[in-house]
Amino acid sequence: MSSKYSNITFQGYRRENGRVGVRNHVLILPVDDISNAAVEAVANNVKGTLAIPHAYGRLQFGEDLDVHFRTMIGTGSNPNVAAVVVIGIEPEWTKIIVDGIAKTGKPVEGFSIEQNGDFETIRRAGWKAKEFVHYATELQREECSISELWVSTKCGESDTTTGLGSCPTVGNMYDKLLPEGIYGCFGETSEITGAEHICKERAINAEVGERWYKMWKAYQDDVIFAHQTDDLSDSQPTKGNILGGLTTIEEKALGNLEKIGRTSKYIDILEPAEQPASGNGLYFMDSSSAAAECVTLMAAGGYVIHTFPTGQGNVVGNPIVPVIKITANPRTVRTMGEHVDVDVSGILRRDQTIDEAGDELIEMIRRTANGRHTAAEALGHREFSMTKLYRSA
Amino acid sequence: MSNIPHLLVHDHEDNVGVVVVEGLTAGTEMFCCVTHDNSTFNLTAGADVPIGHKIALKDLKAGDTAIKYGEDIGKIIADIPKGAHVHTHNCKTKRW
Repeated sequence: MSSKYSNITFQGYRRENGRVGVRNHVLILPVDDISNAAVEAVANNVKGTLAIPHAYGRLQFGEDLDVHFRTMIGTGSNPNVAAVVVIGIEPEWTKIIVDGIAKTGKPVEGFSIEQNGDFETIRRAGWKAKEFVHYATELQREECSISELWVSTKCGESDTTTGLGSCPTVGNMYDKLLPEGIYGCFGETSEITGAEHICKERAINAEVGERWYKMWKAYQDDVIFAHQTDDLSDSQPTKGNILGGLTTIEEKALGNLEKIGRTSKYIDILEPAEQPASGNGLYFMDSSSAAAECVTLMAAGGYVIHTFPTGQGNVVGNPIVPVIKITANPRTVRTMGEHVDVDVSGILRRDQTIDEAGDELIEMIRRTANGRHTAAEALGHREFSMTKLYRSA
Repeated sequence: MSNIPHLLVHDHEDNVGVVVVEGLTAGTEMFCCVTHDNSTFNLTAGADVPIGHKIALKDLKAGDTAIKYGEDIGKIIADIPKGAHVHTHNCKTKRW
């Protein structure tokens, strides 16, 4: 079935495994926190590389370690990344991450610090990083169909205007582009509370809906009720949400769910940082509602562009995925305009329809895929936050 | 629509609406719009209410349910006259 969106194309990077990226990063990726210094030294020595220091990777175990490896391997495997240098303190876990990324067919090489020291590791890794920069900078963009894009979403610093304007704008985009064959992703498990009955019904069938509900309920029982002090009202809604006029978690959840539009249904549920394996369509990823953690997990899932509705003005970015900010709040446009990519405040004035706003977002997605830097990229927002499920050993 | 609305309401069943202009002052005769079908009505603001915050569309009593998006968004915990500010001081989640 052809629509006016079917023929939209953009210039992207086609990777060895056929996936299409919209950025062309050479990553220097640490396995663990104590390798951050070596990683940052290599990125400082070799221009055109990007270090992603983070806080974890030692003495994790079980499901928490699985999330760590999925996040590391997924980040390196993302099609926005051309090649990866991995540095860890010891060779075993370093190799697990290198082997995981190598499955994409892209250039990747690992280095470990024990018995070498930082100096020797930085010297060797630097040579490889320089080689990868030469490789990546000769890659050319080529014409790709919009149907090849993987677009995730998560909102932040929500207020009542997100439910009126910016979230329905993202929902309208999904209603138009999911039928064209894109992959979509939403999540924020804790923020569905209050609208879980509606979210369950938005599954493609009853079986997927039941699995979704079980996942949501497990979060309630194992995380919220196991760790709450009195209630969640200190963090859901957040203080920023409340300043923006949101009163209850139910009200926030109903606005949040506007991001999946009117007709879109999710086809499967993903673990944190899991890559989709059920074909094109919309997925729900079990994820934190904290902006940087959620965007990091979705980027590790393979999504190459993130759409981010905000009300009060969240400023989050990601090192490898462009984050497109959309707001309908005219005060936020006035006071924080440097963070806004798509201004849909016309929806509140009733001089712009949701349909028109959806088309504007699609146009900004196309331009961003072509290489236009988002506000978050221009302002240097590279938040990379690992999800940690429980204490390390 | 030629007039810029002061207040937007999602659905006809809703008993609260959202202020969408900055600097709304008590006594303002608000132009209100229901986004579901773009129908309009007028309502007098009972207080200075910041952009993004809610106003009661009718008299609400403690124990009533606040309705927005046509859905239950929590319980009213103090009587609220029509036109007054609705927020955490008089409305609370039913979840905890």
